[in-house]
Amino acid sequence: MLLQDKDRIFTNLYGEHDWGVKGARQRGVWDGTKAMLELGRDGIIQQIKDSQLRGRGGAGFPAGLKWSFMPKENDGRPHYLVVNADESEPGSCKDREILRNDPHRLLEGCLVAGFAMGANTCYIYIRGEYVLESQRLEAAIAEAYDAGLIGKDACGSGWPYDIYVHRGAGAYICGEETALLESLEGKKGQPRLKPPFPAAMGLYGCPTTVTNVETVAVSPEILRRGVDWWTALGRPNNTGTKIFSISGHVNKPCNVEEVMGIPLKELIETHAGGVRGGWDNLLAVIPGGSSVPCIPKPTCESILMDFDSLREAKSGLGTAAVIVMDKSTDIVAAIANLSHFYMHESCGQCTPCREGTGWMWRVMTRMVRGDADIEDIDTLLEVTYEVEGHTICALGDAAAWPIQGLIRHFRPELEKRILDFKKSGQVAAE
Amino acid sequence: MKITSFRRDEAQDFAFTPENLKKAKAFIARYPEGRQASAVISLLYIAQAQNDGWLSPAAIQHVAEVLEMAPIRVHEVATFYTMFNLKPAGKYLIQVCRTTPCWLRGAAALSRTCQDKLGVGFKEMTEDGMFSVMEVECLGACANAPMVQINDDYYEDLTPERLIEIIDALRAGEEVPVGPQGGRLCSAPEGGAKTLPKVPPGAGKGA
Repeated sequence: MLLQDKDRIFTNLYGEHDWGVKGARQRGVWDGTKAMLELGRDGIIQQIKDSQLRGRGGAGFPAGLKWSFMPKENDGRPHYLVVNADESEPGSCKDREILRNDPHRLLEGCLVAGFAMGANTCYIYIRGEYVLESQRLEAAIAEAYDAGLIGKDACGSGWPYDIYVHRGAGAYICGEETALLESLEGKKGQPRLKPPFPAAMGLYGCPTTVTNVETVAVSPEILRRGVDWWTALGRPNNTGTKIFSISGHVNKPCNVEEVMGIPLKELIETHAGGVRGGWDNLLAVIPGGSSVPCIPKPTCESILMDFDSLREAKSGLGTAAVIVMDKSTDIVAAIANLSHFYMHESCGQCTPCREGTGWMWRVMTRMVRGDADIEDIDTLLEVTYEVEGHTICALGDAAAWPIQGLIRHFRPELEKRILDFKKSGQVAAE
Repeated sequence: MKITSFRRDEAQDFAFTPENLKKAKAFIARYPEGRQASAVISLLYIAQAQNDGWLSPAAIQHVAEVLEMAPIRVHEVATFYTMFNLKPAGKYLIQVCRTTPCWLRGAAALSRTCQDKLGVGFKEMTEDGMFSVMEVECLGACANAPMVQINDDYYEDLTPERLIEIIDALRAGEEVPVGPQGGRLCSAPEGGAKTLPKVPPGAGKGA
C-alpha cells in the first residue's frame, strides 16, 4: 500500500512552501516539543527503541539502541550530538531536500535527540558543496535562537542547547563517522580505529553520537504521533517512512517519501514515471546507493525496498538511493565508473583500500574493453574479497561490493567481452 | 585520494582583511576553548575567497598563524580536501559531476562540451582567466542529473546545449537562474508531484 498524504512527514520535500520557522510551524514542526523533552532521556530513547527506527544513513543500525550507548551519568565531559549531513553516496540526494526545504524539522530533531543523549551541543556536519543548503540551515538556526526554540532555555525546558553548522570540503570519506569526527576536529578525514567507539570517546575525546539527517529529522514526529502510528507503516523491524532518491534511466527522476518496504517496481512506476522505454527495458537496479551490489531485472520484479528484504537478495537498502539502468547501459562501464569513485575517495590510510581501489579500477577498465583473460574475472573477485573486511572503515567493503554484484549477476557479459576482444585481436592479426 | 601538486613560486604576502578576520573569529567561537583547529576548513574557505579562488602557500601560512596550528597540519587539510584549489582557478570554476547517476544521463557529453567550448583540458584555465573546468565525483544531486557546479551554485537537469548557453551568459555577465534548468521544482518529478497536492493544515499533529 502506498503512503497516504496524511502519513507524510516531509510535507515540504520539494520546497513549495515556506522553509522558515513560520511555515514549519504551520506544518506541525516545533509543536509540543517541550512535552517531548518532559518524557526524559530514558522515555525518549525507549520510544525510539519501540518504534524500531533504523538509521537512515546506510547501515540501518537501530537508532534507539545507538542513542542508548551514550553514558547515563555525566562524568564532567560534555556530550555531543553530531549530525551527519555529508551526503555523498552516489545516488543519494535526500538529505539535501531536508536541509534546504525543511531545516526546522531537522533542528527540532537535533534538540530532541541531543537531549536524549545528555548533550548540550550539536554540530551539523554538512558537505562543503552544499553551499546554499548550509546558508539555509544557518538562517534556520538563527530563527530558532530568536524564537527561543534553542539556546539558553530551549523551548522553555530549562535545557541549554546550541546547534552549529560545520562545513566539510569535499571528501566522501567524511561521511564515515570517525573520519567525520577527525574532520570536525580540524584534521584530514581519516577514519579512527574502533574501539573506542564514539559514544565512549568521540569528538574531542568526549561521548558523541553521529547520526544521519533523516534519522534525526523523523524522530520528533515519531514521538508526536506515537510509536503505534510509525510501526503500523512497513513491516516489523523495517518500520516507518523513508525518502527514496530515484535516479538514472527513469522517465521522471525524483525524491519521494514512501512507506518502508514498498515494492521496487511500484516505487519506480508510481513515482518516477517508469523505466525509460518501459519496464521490460530494465537491465538492473542499484537499490541503495553505489556501495550496494546491483540486482538484475528478475529480482527487481518483486523485491521490497527495505533492509531485510534487500539483504536477503544479497544487496542492501543503504541510503535508499535507487539507480536505475535500462538495457542501453554498459553495465561494466557503469560499475567501473564507481570503481573510479572509490579510488578517488579512498583516504589512503589502509593499504588494501589505497592500493586495492586503484587496482580494481584498472582491471575494471580493462574489463570494459574485454582486454583480459577469463581467469582474470576470478582474480578480480578474489581481490575484492581481500579488500573487503581488511580495512579500518567500510570504504574498502563499499568498493568491493559493486564489483561482486557485477560478477554475480553479469559474469556472462564479462566473458563475452573477453572472447569478443580476443576474436577481434585475431582478426586484426590475420 | 587527491593527487595534487603544490605551487610554491611567488613569495606573496597574505593576511585576512579586518572584515574577514572578524568572520574567522566568529567561526572559531563555535568550538570549545583550545579547539580552534576545528575552524580550519572555514578559515581556509575565507582565505580562498579573499585570494581570488585559490590558496597560496602564504594564505595557508596565515591560517596556521591565526589558529595557532603547525603549518604542516593546515597543509595536510588543504591538500586532503578537494574543494581547496592550490593553484589559480578561473573566475568561474565549472565542476562536472562524473559519477554513475550523472554518467547514466549524459555527464560525459557535458564534460566534452566544456572542453570543446572553452578549449581547455581538465584542471586548466582559459587564457582570459574566466573559466576553469574539472570533473568531480558525486555532488549529491542525483535526481537532477546530469549537473554541474559553477562556483557555489548547482545547475541541474542539463543538456549540452543548455550548458553552452549558461557559459555564454556567464561570459557576458548575465544572470543565470540556478537549480534545475528544465523548470521543475527541486527534485519533484517532472510535470509536478503526485504526492502532496496541498499541505494538510496542521499536518504533523496526528493522523
